[in-house]
Amino acid sequence: MLAISIEALIKIALLVGGLMTGAAYFVLLERWIAAWVQDRKGPNRVGIPLTKIKLFGLGQPLADGLKFIFKEEATPRHVDKVLFTLAPISILAAALAIYAVIPFGSVLPKDGVPGVDHQINLIVAPGIDVGMIYMFALSSIAVYGVILGGWASNSKYSLLGGLRSSAQLIAYELPMGLAIVGVVLMTGSMRLEEVIGVQASTGTWFAFSQPLGFVIFVVASFAEAARLPFDLPEAEQELVGGYHTEYAGMRLIMYLIAEFLHMITASFLIAILFLGGWHFWGITGGSSTDVTWFQAIARIVVLNVKIFAIIVFFMLARWSWPRFRFDQLMSLAWKVMLPLGLVNLVAVACLVEYQPVLESKLGSLGITAAMWAIAFVAWIAAGILAPLHSDNSARKDNFVLDAERRNRGLRPGIAGPSATGPY
Amino acid sequence: MKPDDAQVNWVEEPKLGLTGKMYLPLIFSGLAVTTKHLFGPKMTVSFPEQRPEIGNPLIYRGVHRLNKDEQGRVKCVACFLCATACPAHCIDIIAAPSPWPDRDKYCESFTIDELRCIFCGMCEEACPVDAVELTSLFDLTGRSREEMIFDKEKLLSVYDMTKDAEPMKSRVMGASP
Repeated sequence: MLAISIEALIKIALLVGGLMTGAAYFVLLERWIAAWVQDRKGPNRVGIPLTKIKLFGLGQPLADGLKFIFKEEATPRHVDKVLFTLAPISILAAALAIYAVIPFGSVLPKDGVPGVDHQINLIVAPGIDVGMIYMFALSSIAVYGVILGGWASNSKYSLLGGLRSSAQLIAYELPMGLAIVGVVLMTGSMRLEEVIGVQASTGTWFAFSQPLGFVIFVVASFAEAARLPFDLPEAEQELVGGYHTEYAGMRLIMYLIAEFLHMITASFLIAILFLGGWHFWGITGGSSTDVTWFQAIARIVVLNVKIFAIIVFFMLARWSWPRFRFDQLMSLAWKVMLPLGLVNLVAVACLVEYQPVLESKLGSLGITAAMWAIAFVAWIAAGILAPLHSDNSARKDNFVLDAERRNRGLRPGIAGPSATGPY
Repeated sequence: MKPDDAQVNWVEEPKLGLTGKMYLPLIFSGLAVTTKHLFGPKMTVSFPEQRPEIGNPLIYRGVHRLNKDEQGRVKCVACFLCATACPAHCIDIIAAPSPWPDRDKYCESFTIDELRCIFCGMCEEACPVDAVELTSLFDLTGRSREEMIFDKEKLLSVYDMTKDAEPMKSRVMGASP
């Protein structure tokens, strides 16, 4: 019992330490990528303190952290003090607790560690059968942190940020759930280790076998992590700072770390659910838990490289696309992502139900091709039937339509084709 | 406003085609642009180690200098045109009868408050004898407010410092000395 507790504590220490350092350095990476995309050099001055060694600016996170710690813990007089303090704690605690069920590697070799009589799983709580439900439940708690912070701040910007965030997170949890259900159907398990195991044993990542689910999940995780183009909860240009407008010092850094942890969680989930987790052909071996040290380390490295690549994609995406307007955000969730998620779910369910028949008729490649075809057709249909763009530019015909509506005593609607079209 | 008003020039935005409606192609083209810039050349100048290139020093508006003539006398004739033109009221001149026969007055004291100056270049334009000029020195620093109020000696020393690199603009531009 004691040994297991110590093992769990060591894993937790490794994970929390790694995540906190990771979050700090991802802030630096975020600033670097922002700079490079804008043809700047980015932070490259802070190195080892008290020396002139610059180290490409790798000391920046330390300076940022110190700045936050020594900042004044300003609490505005009009806030609800208890909730104001509780909100950042709850969001950070929930963001960290998710990692109990997320594997950060595979296993260590049998008898590889002296003094341990069982095989060490690189996951804090191995073998939890409701892993995905637990993860989903905790990631929903993030909404509480955001809306509590928005409400307790007693400020209009914060409240608007909190409201937007709650609407957005709840809307995007549905397509996200549908995409995850597709994975669960194919795996037959809710354990994230098992999801990786199935992908490793077949050698087919779920991103290949259900592309539609992959796209939906990536889009939904962007929205869940409140990253651009879905960062409406904290749209600087509109809401100052969104739900953390009134925060400063340590409480603010809790929010900021929680935001980065959400992004890291999203990357873990994309990598584990759809990109094979620690699996890579030819390096990591099959799904066997009987691994050599080389394979065990290769699995950790492969998983981390995938996560790093996804995070870089997250950060590049930030500078590639403009933010959605709120109605566009909602219509994307309810009119595009939700139907597409249902299509994916039905396709996967049919595939699982009739697998033997389909396999004998189409072959496994044929099944994959069919899934891709379904994805293409569904995507094009969604694009034509429920266009994301609502055209409200100042066209002459729109203007005439609007003027007519005014003459008839009606409210000038969202003008243009949308006035007669799907809107 | 009537929509069919002849004065109104309607510019039609192109409508989105099928690729636009599919959204993903546009997303990837956006990503391609950012990726290109990610690895592209950087515009930033690492300042203290590397000096930025100033396009044309003749039209750059940096720290002021007071020009001297061939005999090393200050060119200023204390006409107060620069002080009058200055929108920030940062030029303070005390005139005195000139010790030299070629002019009536000269400036006994000539101070420019560099903290108040907005570097608009009006003084340079107003000066009838090309005495006050703006150089291309831009990294102007000081440890106190007093230090940033440049008096006549300091302005003349700026001329001595910059005269080789930047000859007097009027001469370069073809005026008589």
